Amino acid sequence: MDAPKTGDGANIGKSVVIKGEVSGSEDLYVDGNVEGSIELRNHSLTVGPNGSVKANVTAKSVVVQGKLDGSVTASDRVELRKSAVVTGDVTTQRIAIEEGAFLKGKIDIQKETGKAAAPSS
Amino acid sequence: MKFFRSSSNQTASPEVARKLSRRSSGMGEISRLLNSQEGLCVLDMGATSANNIRVFTGQGHKNYSEDLLRSSLDPMLRIQDIAGNSVVDSKKFLDENLTYPNAHFDVVLCWNLPDYMEESLVKPTIDRLWSVMKPGGLLLAFFHTRDAGPDSTCYRYHVTGTDILEMQEVKFAPPGRPTSEKQSPRLQRVFNNRHIENLFRDFASIKFFLARDAIREVLVVR
Repeated sequence: MDAPKTGDGANIGKSVVIKGEVSGSEDLYVDGNVEGSIELRNHSLTVGPNGSVKANVTAKSVVVQGKLDGSVTASDRVELRKSAVVTGDVTTQRIAIEEGAFLKGKIDIQKETGKAAAPSS
Repeated sequence: MKFFRSSSNQTASPEVARKLSRRSSGMGEISRLLNSQEGLCVLDMGATSANNIRVFTGQGHKNYSEDLLRSSLDPMLRIQDIAGNSVVDSKKFLDENLTYPNAHFDVVLCWNLPDYMEESLVKPTIDRLWSVMKPGGLLLAFFHTRDAGPDSTCYRYHVTGTDILEMQEVKFAPPGRPTSEKQSPRLQRVFNNRHIENLFRDFASIKFFLARDAIREVLVVR
């Protein structure tokens, strides 16, 4: 996901600085500076090329083109673009990493829970 | 030990050029361990490799990625020693890197890091690795033989088979310079066998594999 089109979700521009808790129920594009925490349970977070996030992040999917310092928990997928610099642990079901992306931390792939196991007889 | 001239003023994003592959006896032994158990903690100390992450997490292991060569080139880590030489502050370096609990890792992939890392960091880094590895854990490192020159290509390694590694040239751009001026990190020195044994003297055992490409693979048991 690149820069969002109008109406695609919330947009934090590159001159905006936010310190505190960010939560929402729509997709979020951050090209500015966020320090604190970001929680978007069923939506996606994109950190743009100018974005700098110092926060623990919980979202459905996370795309990073800029800088992210903090742990990332994504229920679906994480994508690190070539310009991404991520310091922190990543927990997700799927991850895609472009050549040149930098990651310092643990990657824990959580297998899809899917259907409950059949009870043993 | 043969030293080459320093190349400390480098930083920024790694670039990739040529790709080669090599058979690795050391990786073969590591793979045997990885295939026999699940849930192991693997520390990959090369540049972030999507391929390695896919392989290790696909086998049910936890992958930790920490590109120590790139981290060691941070200009903020540089201080002047007593003689006025610019060196990396090993204490600050280890305050910011390899900060894991003791006895945490089952496998450490050191690759060629010791050959390209600044001298002041090598021993402290190996000592820290001893602390964060579990007893019985395996460490794989590659050392150039004395036939290698200072311009030997610096590679990063992708695991593509049980004992097959794909090698990709690493280049960095000097600070403030355009990416078109990227260059391969210079080999800092060549260790002989005795120096390698001293480097890992606190570990339980060490095994050498001599390869054809002027590289000695070293498999160390914590």
